[in-house]
Amino acid sequence: MLRIHKGPIIVGAIFIALLPWLFGRMPALEHYTPLMVFAGIYCLLTIGLSLLMGYAGQISLGHAAFYGIGAYASGVLTIHFGLNPWLCMLAGALAAALVALAIGTPALKLKGHYLAMATLAFGIIVNIVFREEVRWTGGPDGLVGIPGLSLFGFAFDAIVKYYYLVWTVVAVAFLFTANLIQSPVGRALRAIHTSEAAAGAMGIPIARYKVVVFVFAAVLAALAGSLYAHFMNFINPGTFDLFFSIQLIIMITLGGMHSLWGAMIGAILIALLSFEWLHHFGEWEIVVYGLVLLIVTIFFPQGLAGLPKMVMERIRR
Amino acid sequence: MESFAFSHQLLQFMVTGLTVGAIYAMVAIGFNIIYNVTEVLNLAQGEFVMLGGLVMVFIHVSLGLPLVIAFAATVLVVTVVGVLLDRLAIRPVRQPTVMALIIATVAASMIIKGGAMLIWGKNPYDLPAFSGREPIVVGGLVLQSQYLWVIGFLVIIAIALALFFNRTILGKAMRACADNGDAARLVGINVRQMVLLAFGVSAAIGAVAGITLTPIALMDYDRGAMLAIKGFAAAILGGLGSFPGAILGGVILGLIESFGAGFLMSGYKDAYALIVLLLVLFVRPSGILGSMAVARFKRF
Repeated sequence: MLRIHKGPIIVGAIFIALLPWLFGRMPALEHYTPLMVFAGIYCLLTIGLSLLMGYAGQISLGHAAFYGIGAYASGVLTIHFGLNPWLCMLAGALAAALVALAIGTPALKLKGHYLAMATLAFGIIVNIVFREEVRWTGGPDGLVGIPGLSLFGFAFDAIVKYYYLVWTVVAVAFLFTANLIQSPVGRALRAIHTSEAAAGAMGIPIARYKVVVFVFAAVLAALAGSLYAHFMNFINPGTFDLFFSIQLIIMITLGGMHSLWGAMIGAILIALLSFEWLHHFGEWEIVVYGLVLLIVTIFFPQGLAGLPKMVMERIRR
Repeated sequence: MESFAFSHQLLQFMVTGLTVGAIYAMVAIGFNIIYNVTEVLNLAQGEFVMLGGLVMVFIHVSLGLPLVIAFAATVLVVTVVGVLLDRLAIRPVRQPTVMALIIATVAASMIIKGGAMLIWGKNPYDLPAFSGREPIVVGGLVLQSQYLWVIGFLVIIAIALALFFNRTILGKAMRACADNGDAARLVGINVRQMVLLAFGVSAAIGAVAGITLTPIALMDYDRGAMLAIKGFAAAILGGLGSFPGAILGGVILGLIESFGAGFLMSGYKDAYALIVLLLVLFVRPSGILGSMAVARFKRF
């Protein structure tokens, strides 16, 4: 789980790079390119969450709050203050880091159920703020007219351009996180997950590591939120509610939270499910999500990423 | 005159707060029953309340059965759902880590909520108040009679549970499981059955909360999550696992929410309970009546 091989990374990168071209050749799949933009944004969220939940073993049921903080920083600062979008993105990441530090420091002293409920409550409170501070956030109607992104005169105005922008950020985040996991920090996180007492006895500063990972996950989520806001040019509180926090949990559970690859697979699958495939289910959507989550939790605790290993073990037996 | 109006308003908020608090207390008691026996925090607890309300609407209003029969039938239906929850979602989890169990209850709550939406749609439903909507006027204070029903049922539940846990063999067996599951098994208590019973009783209490709440605040499929987290806030505030604590926590939370919405900003009504929850978790996770020493033995 700690080793992340180079081969699959290169194959994955080439696949992602060629995907828009492939979709462009297949009219029936053309609309999958924007879906993959959302998938990339979700990947940013799940990479951080996988590090927090899968590697460090700390549950967060309010991660949509940081996603929202990024998006609203971008929205509010561009619309009310006319700031440069990149500056807003930075401000959003900084705000998320500060909030994560303020909430994470006391919250991460809690374990299991208590941490779950603290993060859940935090997520709902932030969402209520988005809804109630109408003067700044536009309330339930949200903010319209958030500008797009451009760099040195090059505007990311076409979906394909934005696709490459998002996936470049995902690639950077993935490589950084993969390196982190394979470093002593990663091993320390695994030790905390296995036994906090033992990790502490070995001299690992448990509290500091947990908070750092929480802040890191929050910053990635805020970046994802900014990317979302500048892509959609419109945000409203519904995108960042409790249900989305739970959707994130579904993503990393389905993919397998003990693996970065699992986090990516889960994010892509749920993005495609929620925007495309689940339309056929209509009203059944919530039930389907619940069933998927329950079945994976009961029968495939390692998620899809753990499936090959599970099958191999079955065959060998 | 003005001070009279103010104190009058104060009393009015207090009555509302007590009523809402009684509902939170019932949810908190439900949390505690399951938590004590299994150390599982059942995040689907709020769905029991929602189901209680909607099933009651179906049996009492749509089918037209009389109040008492509908009440009993609703409690029975929701109890069965609670038992099924344990059988189908909690017990099958193969690697029962705290995280896996939390996720399993979240999944179950989504299935229940989604199922309720498929059956009843997204509209809120009303239920006739048990003894009519004619308000009672006591010394200038306007009371809905349903408020008294809610508080009355909390009192009945509290007395019944106290008798059950202290006077019956079954209740004592459940307390034994709560203290130490392995030791309970050694003296011949069927722990699995006790867990099943805990889910059943907890669901039944949730159903009562839903049935009594619906005539006051209507009910729709989406209410479960918020009720669950506020009930949890009440349980934590009072001290997780303590029944007097659940009642105390529920009442305090209801009052805070009622006064907060009345005197501060009403838009943040739902936030007050959550802020209290965060503060308690950060400052004194063992709650008012909980003991730190006991809390350490638990797995959280």
